[in-house]
Amino acid sequence: MAISFTVNGQKRQVDGDSAKPLLWVLREDLDMVGTKFGCGAGLCGACTVHVGGEAVRSCQTPLGDVAGKAITTIEGVQTGDPGTRIAAAWVKHDVPQCGYCQAGQIMSATALLATTPKPSDEEIDAAMMGNLCRCSTYVRIRAAIKDAAGIQDVQA
Amino acid sequence: MSAAALSRRGFISASLLAGGGLLFDLNVPLARAADGTPVILTAFIRILPDNRVVIGAKNAEIGQGAKTMLPMMIAEELGVDWSQVTIEQTHADAKVFGGQSAGGSRTTPREWLPTRQAGAAARAMLVAAAAQGWGVAPETLKTAGGTVSDPKSGKSATYVSLATAAAKLPAPDPATLKLTDPADFRIIGQSVVGVDTPAIVAGKPLFGIDFKLPNMLYAVLETCPAFGGTIKSVNLDEVKALPGVAHVLSIKGDGTPESGFDGVAILSKSWWSANQARDALKIDWDVSAVSGFSTESYASQAAAKRKGKADADIVRTGDVDAAFASAAKTVTADYDYPFLAHGTMEPQNCTALFKDGAVEIWAPTQNPESGRGLVAKALNLPPEKIRINFTRIGGGFGRRLMNDYMVQAASIAAQVPGVPVKLLWNRQQDIQRDFYRPAGWHGFRAALDKGGKLTAFHDHFVTFGKDGKPVRSAEMPASELPAGLIDNVLLEQSFLSTNMPTGWLRAPGSNALAFVTQAFLDEVAQAAGKDLPTLMLELLRDPKELPRGPNQPPFVTARAQGVIEKALAMGGWATRKALPRGTGKGFAFYYSHMGYFAEVLEVAIVDGMPKVKTVWVAGDVGSQIINPINALHQAQGSVIEGLGQALAGQQITQVAGAVEQANYDTHPYLRIADAPRIVVEFVKTDYPPTGLGEPALPPVIPALVNAIHAATGKRIRTLPVTAEMLV
Repeated sequence: MAISFTVNGQKRQVDGDSAKPLLWVLREDLDMVGTKFGCGAGLCGACTVHVGGEAVRSCQTPLGDVAGKAITTIEGVQTGDPGTRIAAAWVKHDVPQCGYCQAGQIMSATALLATTPKPSDEEIDAAMMGNLCRCSTYVRIRAAIKDAAGIQDVQA
Repeated sequence: MSAAALSRRGFISASLLAGGGLLFDLNVPLARAADGTPVILTAFIRILPDNRVVIGAKNAEIGQGAKTMLPMMIAEELGVDWSQVTIEQTHADAKVFGGQSAGGSRTTPREWLPTRQAGAAARAMLVAAAAQGWGVAPETLKTAGGTVSDPKSGKSATYVSLATAAAKLPAPDPATLKLTDPADFRIIGQSVVGVDTPAIVAGKPLFGIDFKLPNMLYAVLETCPAFGGTIKSVNLDEVKALPGVAHVLSIKGDGTPESGFDGVAILSKSWWSANQARDALKIDWDVSAVSGFSTESYASQAAAKRKGKADADIVRTGDVDAAFASAAKTVTADYDYPFLAHGTMEPQNCTALFKDGAVEIWAPTQNPESGRGLVAKALNLPPEKIRINFTRIGGGFGRRLMNDYMVQAASIAAQVPGVPVKLLWNRQQDIQRDFYRPAGWHGFRAALDKGGKLTAFHDHFVTFGKDGKPVRSAEMPASELPAGLIDNVLLEQSFLSTNMPTGWLRAPGSNALAFVTQAFLDEVAQAAGKDLPTLMLELLRDPKELPRGPNQPPFVTARAQGVIEKALAMGGWATRKALPRGTGKGFAFYYSHMGYFAEVLEVAIVDGMPKVKTVWVAGDVGSQIINPINALHQAQGSVIEGLGQALAGQQITQVAGAVEQANYDTHPYLRIADAPRIVVEFVKTDYPPTGLGEPALPPVIPALVNAIHAATGKRIRTLPVTAEMLV
């Protein structure tokens, strides 16, 4: 069954199993591999994308659920605000170590700033708790989010 | 057109590139690096027609920063600006590039001298070319930004304009090269953002899992949950008939975890489809040989062994029995810790193409040459018929020092010649088919004299072994402190057998041994009426250089003292008693991977569990921090990883030969809210720089449990920490 949606503003149509997770549709059918496979169970956040502006785990989102929806991925998020600011802060603070989880981290952080422009430490923690970083880049994730939000980081 | 200086064993050559650039190809085996391993002065440096410079990054990049750091060292000595440099990952070939593995924090000590010499050799040839052209002495010329200039005449020439002349010159002898005075470093010592950081942030395909070839098939591989189980029967034909399934193949392992066990591979154009089809597989496994192995049985065997006579000595000095017989006080305690998985975020994967009797591999591997050997054996191919390309690696932590997934991918590809195959594990397999940090059990005794001086130390270590030797990463070295610092020491071991594959997890050995030895010594110090740093400084007071084996620099007591004193000052140790109830500070020191690290940690008990507030880290890794921003990141990551081993609930348990945990919910890691404030300072000493991937990790675990004791009076002797232990 052909299912239509947009990815980063472009109209896309995929003819496939409606149960196939969006993660694999992006990686295999649309050749967009920036979104990462980590756990396949919604536990690590590496596959985070935006559907209708909301951060979701694409490994738990069947293709059938995104019909008609607007999807943003890591490949497109930094063209708009606050994605641009987040991306710049991520580079400035050299947040990544291995880098594998960072697409998901950036998608969660961008969704946070889109709704909460000046998040508190607790709001940052709450928004980012679903994103595992095995290299433990958390100190810099926090600093980069604050930097992008224009919050003075008193703890650094 | 090229000039090559051929030594007995290697060469440096400079050759013109089509279009007017210059390629330096350096390959000279040198004697020894700081850690004693043989090294090769090697680099690919290309000077492009626009005078930009391409530097080959030769080591595996797992997030430890080698892909940025090694080219920084070349650019420094080559006399070019970092902004004019482009970095290119090389392929894997020890014959061309020398050591390319990422492990043991060895890249820095191994490369510090030869990598800078490589840059300096290329610079010397360009300077010599300019000097010859201008009729002046090379020593009078300066280089900057890829240009040679003569301060006297005001003449200058870009590197690329000197290419033709430089290519005709003999190459210099590396021993005669003058390296940059550290006081004049322009790039080394500056914080340089990772070369791949912008591409990572943009979501570009960099990792093994991202690599694609035309007409590639994806593969999943089912192997026995109980390590060493064999296949009795399998419904291959039923699965073959499923829609979307291209092939179902029997894969024969050699019965070792390193080369892979027997399995069944399902190939499809879609990995998701292949993984779905896995559910339809019905394999009858024969696990009779391995079903007796379980966590419960290890624990009861270990308890019995620990009470009895040890199987073998590790080290025995002085007269331990006499020291205990005459002790004023004896301290005893038992400690233990579980198996751990690696849980790299990028699941194990490898792409392989078998064609015309050769195989090409694209692998996220920390240790390519070991993989080449295993693939050669499994496929019965000469090693030169195997080409290995590096991808960026989504986390190593030692997991990808093993190459089982590479052998598996090559074995699958060999059954479908001409078709590229990407093998990708799912998370459950990743947790359940690991090479685990082995569990261990320790029975400690310490003797104190009337003055509270430590007079004897005894550890009966129950570990896993085979044929009377510890299995991989289950060893305790004879140099384990306080050995070498007091006269009477007995370290001995007993062995349990297991079917669990074991392997190196970041700071292998040390991540467990630091916990047990520094936590037990905290108990000993308190029994002696002092604190751990006081005891350690007493033990380390005499200036000593303790030998650490043929390929290691000695352990220098003065360096240990230096970081201990630094950490105590940073962490406000002297005023720790003023902390409120339920809050405490702990200390630990540990030497591993040539790095000296002392850490002070403040913990508070919140909702019944320890909450780490701040960790102060003092480290000594020699004279130079090459890339300060990355050094800080390595220390931060090490600290949080160590805390995770103690606090996140990590443990791998086994029932009937198989691992019980399956994903990040049952083998969890710390999350952002658990990350403490981490303050890092480096004590600079006049020793060659050493690595930072690991040595900040081990001391944080004993610092934590010692802090928990200070806060609660509860002694943690088993990991992971649970709320029940604090009640």
